[in-house]
Amino acid sequence: MTLLQVEDLATHFFTRDGVAKAVDGVSFSLDRGEILGLVGESGSGKSVTGFSLLGLVDPPGRIVSGKIVFDGEDLVKGGEPMMRTLRGKRIAMIFQDPMMTLNPVLRIDTQMVETVLAHERISRKSALERCREALARVGIASPDERLKSYPHQFSGGMRQRVAIAIALLHEPDLIIADEPTTALDVTIQAQILSEVQKLCADTGLAMIWITHDLAVVSGLADQLAVMYAGKIIETGETGRVIEAPLHPYTKGLIASVPQGQKHGALLAQIPGTTPSLLNLPEGCSFRPRCPRADAACQEEPPLGALLPGRAARCFHPHLDERREALAS
Amino acid sequence: MIVYLVRRLGQSLVAIAAMAVLVFVGVYAIGNPVDILINPESTQAQIAATMQRLGLDRPLWEQFGIFVWNALHGDLGISFVYGRPAMQIILERLPATMELALVALVLSVSIGIPLGVLAGLKPNSIGGRSIMAGSILGFSLPNFWQGMLLILIFAVLLGWLPAGGRGETVEVLGIRVSFLTLDGLKHLILPAMNLALFKMSLVIRLARANTREVCLQDYVKYARAKGLSSRRIVLVHILKNILIPVVTIIGLELGSMVAFAIVTETVFAWPGMGKLLIDSINLLDRPVIVAYLMLTVLIIVTINLVVDVIYSLLDPRVRLSEVDA
Ligand SMILES: Nc1ncnc2c1ncn2[C@@H]1O[C@H](COP(=O)(O)OP(=O)(O)O)[C@@H](O)[C@H]1O
Ligand code: SF4
Ligand SMILES: [Mg+2]
Repeated sequence: MTLLQVEDLATHFFTRDGVAKAVDGVSFSLDRGEILGLVGESGSGKSVTGFSLLGLVDPPGRIVSGKIVFDGEDLVKGGEPMMRTLRGKRIAMIFQDPMMTLNPVLRIDTQMVETVLAHERISRKSALERCREALARVGIASPDERLKSYPHQFSGGMRQRVAIAIALLHEPDLIIADEPTTALDVTIQAQILSEVQKLCADTGLAMIWITHDLAVVSGLADQLAVMYAGKIIETGETGRVIEAPLHPYTKGLIASVPQGQKHGALLAQIPGTTPSLLNLPEGCSFRPRCPRADAACQEEPPLGALLPGRAARCFHPHLDERREALAS
Repeated sequence: MIVYLVRRLGQSLVAIAAMAVLVFVGVYAIGNPVDILINPESTQAQIAATMQRLGLDRPLWEQFGIFVWNALHGDLGISFVYGRPAMQIILERLPATMELALVALVLSVSIGIPLGVLAGLKPNSIGGRSIMAGSILGFSLPNFWQGMLLILIFAVLLGWLPAGGRGETVEVLGIRVSFLTLDGLKHLILPAMNLALFKMSLVIRLARANTREVCLQDYVKYARAKGLSSRRIVLVHILKNILIPVVTIIGLELGSMVAFAIVTETVFAWPGMGKLLIDSINLLDRPVIVAYLMLTVLIIVTINLVVDVIYSLLDPRVRLSEVDA
């Protein structure tokens, strides 16, 4: 059952130097209990997409068009009043840097209880009880003691667990996790990933997991959406996308993930750098970096459904290799 | 915390000792007070007698030794002019100055912080810009000039408030205060406002700059993502963060408020220590000047100590790292 349907969402930043189309016609949908991995290089518009869903885009940016249909209601139309009732209640967000997201001068209990009380009129005592349970659920021992601490007394991994616990307080339908493990070391990252996966399976909550690191989501997400310069350039089921990417950019991303290569082996980096949003090339924005580019690519490619459940925004997708792979 | 307190206390004592030397040497260089106090016609013998009576004939180091020894006993000499202990004269004037400084401080904080936060939340709105423009005026116009303008508008043109003096006072716990009588309050408003304006501008700028900075922090966006009301975000998440730097600065400024009161007290004929200091400088009343300076140093050092402690209580990060240290 569809929980979230994003249609042609556009969020632009009206800066002094011009209009940065950080999100430019993004569409995707998400079922209940599903995990969507939103992947792309830094600056491709992933965070802005996440913030747009919660109405948290700060000026000079704003949503200029599109629909965000959440559980049957269009949030863009509903505006701030509707977004506010959903924020933290039915859609929760986990931010990238756990060092920066908890308020340094407020105790953990204050920051957790206020989240409960923002949406429910219950006693402080029962709110605290709920916080204790949430902390226990994300594997934090002795919650009572932890609740009385300040954020700086926690390690990064601990803080991110607290942030996940806060996200779980109202048993939301959807959690948007914006690179939640990027700032953590690899072992903690793996622990948190497996815990989150378990939580999703247990509670049936849907999740948008934003990352620049394909390796992180490959084992976690059901669906992938690959972003480049404000647009989604490829979507599909995770396993199939990774096995046989259609878009040259996705292929490049996969090739640059270290995987069983010999130590010291060179990884195939995508040549060139992410283009500035203020100065995008005509036509396909990946064109200057693309090995397959030709004259046709001076037009803007549409996001075409190339295979069942698969779509890519490219005139020359990697369909041929697929056929060869199937034939052999 | 205790280690921290003891260390801070030690630093304060060193500061006071250093000031004692500076004050004594500095004031000694002002000139010979006997030249002013004594009739120019008096004989050499009369001058020598006076110098001897006042202890001015002894070597400098001996005068300093006596000064320190006496100072430790709360004795900073006898005023050349009033013939009474200088400390006593200063202390009589202290309540008036402290009352003025405290009321001015309360005014500058209670008006400055809300205005500064407002301007920080909406830096480009008309309100935000007007607040900033006002604070620039408060900052750049000379204090005495602002005071005379206040007198001109509210005392002379409108006739609402008296132009000078302390008005009726009542005694509370043995201290005379103005703010509890209507007449005293009327006398207090203009000088307190005058003294407050400069600090208020400072508080506004500080609160605005900090608010703008805090607003950009992830934790504010995160607070919004949790669904908190803007009221709670501003009053708890933002305010608590800006209070730490603002309280620190304001606390430290209380000391300079006492010093700044010199100008205000002179403009408004407010009978406090500042006015006494100016009078004493004109008369080269050295013990009173020394007593004023030493007392002011003591006040400032004490205030800084208290502010540091409050700061460490407000900011959990400072508090805990100091415990660890
Ligand atoms: N506050 C802002 N002002 C101007 N442009 C912005 C702002 N925030 C984001 N952008 C633009 O949006 C683009 C995408 O940003 P973001 O979504 O944070 O990328 P990422 O995919 O790394 O999360 C940036 O490259 C920038 O051009
Ligand atoms: S449309 Fe052309 S330039 Fe763009 S990705 Fe496809 S082949 Fe490359
Ligand atoms: Mg990002």
